[in-house]
Amino acid sequence: MNLTVTLFGQMITFAVLVWFVRRVLWEPLTALMADRSRRIEDGLTAAERGRHQEELARAQATKLIREAKSKAAEILAQAEERRAEIAEEARREAVQERARVLAAATAEIDHKTAQARERLRAELGGLVIEGARRVLGAEIDGARHGALIDTMTGAL
Amino acid sequence: MTSADYIHHHLTNLHTGQGFWSVNWDTLIIGWILAALLIVTGWRIGRRLEQGAPKGVQNLLESAVEFVSTQVSEIFDGRDPLVGPVALTIFVWVFLMNAMDMLPADLLPMLAGAAGVPHLKAVPTTDLGTTAGLALGVFLLVLHANLKVKGVGGYLKTFLFHPFGKWLMPINIVMTLIEEISRPLSLALRLFGNMFAGELVFLLIALLPWWIGWVPGSLWAIFHILVITLQAFIFMLLSIVYLSMAHRTEHD
Repeated sequence: MNLTVTLFGQMITFAVLVWFVRRVLWEPLTALMADRSRRIEDGLTAAERGRHQEELARAQATKLIREAKSKAAEILAQAEERRAEIAEEARREAVQERARVLAAATAEIDHKTAQARERLRAELGGLVIEGARRVLGAEIDGARHGALIDTMTGAL
Repeated sequence: MTSADYIHHHLTNLHTGQGFWSVNWDTLIIGWILAALLIVTGWRIGRRLEQGAPKGVQNLLESAVEFVSTQVSEIFDGRDPLVGPVALTIFVWVFLMNAMDMLPADLLPMLAGAAGVPHLKAVPTTDLGTTAGLALGVFLLVLHANLKVKGVGGYLKTFLFHPFGKWLMPINIVMTLIEEISRPLSLALRLFGNMFAGELVFLLIALLPWWIGWVPGSLWAIFHILVITLQAFIFMLLSIVYLSMAHRTEHD
């Protein structure tokens, strides 16, 4: 257990080991760890920023949804209004159509009635003349009394 | 074989040469093996460092680097790229050499004996050569830092005017000289004494009967886990402190 020249051997080992530890362990590892801690810091900052952005986006989304809802409500109201308008228009048109059809039918009826009356009148004149002729023989001449008969049937 | 023979055998280094010029091969070789372990591990890990979450040995090494780095940044206020690596080397290498004490006291000597090697002291830090070598290395670094920061004149001036001012110059010289020399000496002797005593206690425990030896053996081994770590830490911490003091230009 005396101090021996081993001392110098161990000093050399120590020196070599220090050199090696510095080159291979200390410098790369401290650089790596500094780099990593910077990256972690960056990551935390980014996460914080992301959280903030998410908050903003959430607020934006809420706003958009609210706007969309009010717009949808507006559109619904407009549609309701339009529906009422269309229904009203249709009703009005239907009423007009009914009136028109009614008028046409009435006119047709009047026309047919007039025609029938005209034909009836003509037939009746003929029948009256025929009957009178049969009663009176050749007393009444169609050519001579035609104006009279016309006047009579006209009064019908 | 008597108890005294047993202990003497275990405390004899495998050496060649005599007196100061003897070379303790077991100390050197085990020191080299442990240094090589660190080198190979560091080299293998250093080649492919994981940028992301570290795993396994890299994690361990990073923890060691971070631990040492924290100590350095807390104590050392100068700027010297060598302090960190020196502190890390001291901490890890001394810890590994101390940790050889955790192997059963007889294991390596018996294996060596079976291989025909007469002596083997397994713990390099129980050799004063190792602890003094480290302390002398730190001393030279401190000297270098002193000369670099203060200059030769400035460094010599601290011998003259420190700690009592210029009127007690002779006393100052003695005091500063003692201070400068006592630092490496205390570094070397503290580690050596702790590890030597610890090894000796293991040897004494090994002499107990087998049916009782494991009780104090286990207790001492558990306690020794603390000692080997603590001594490595203290050696590292004091080295940083001494280097830091050397880098300070104005003390008073």
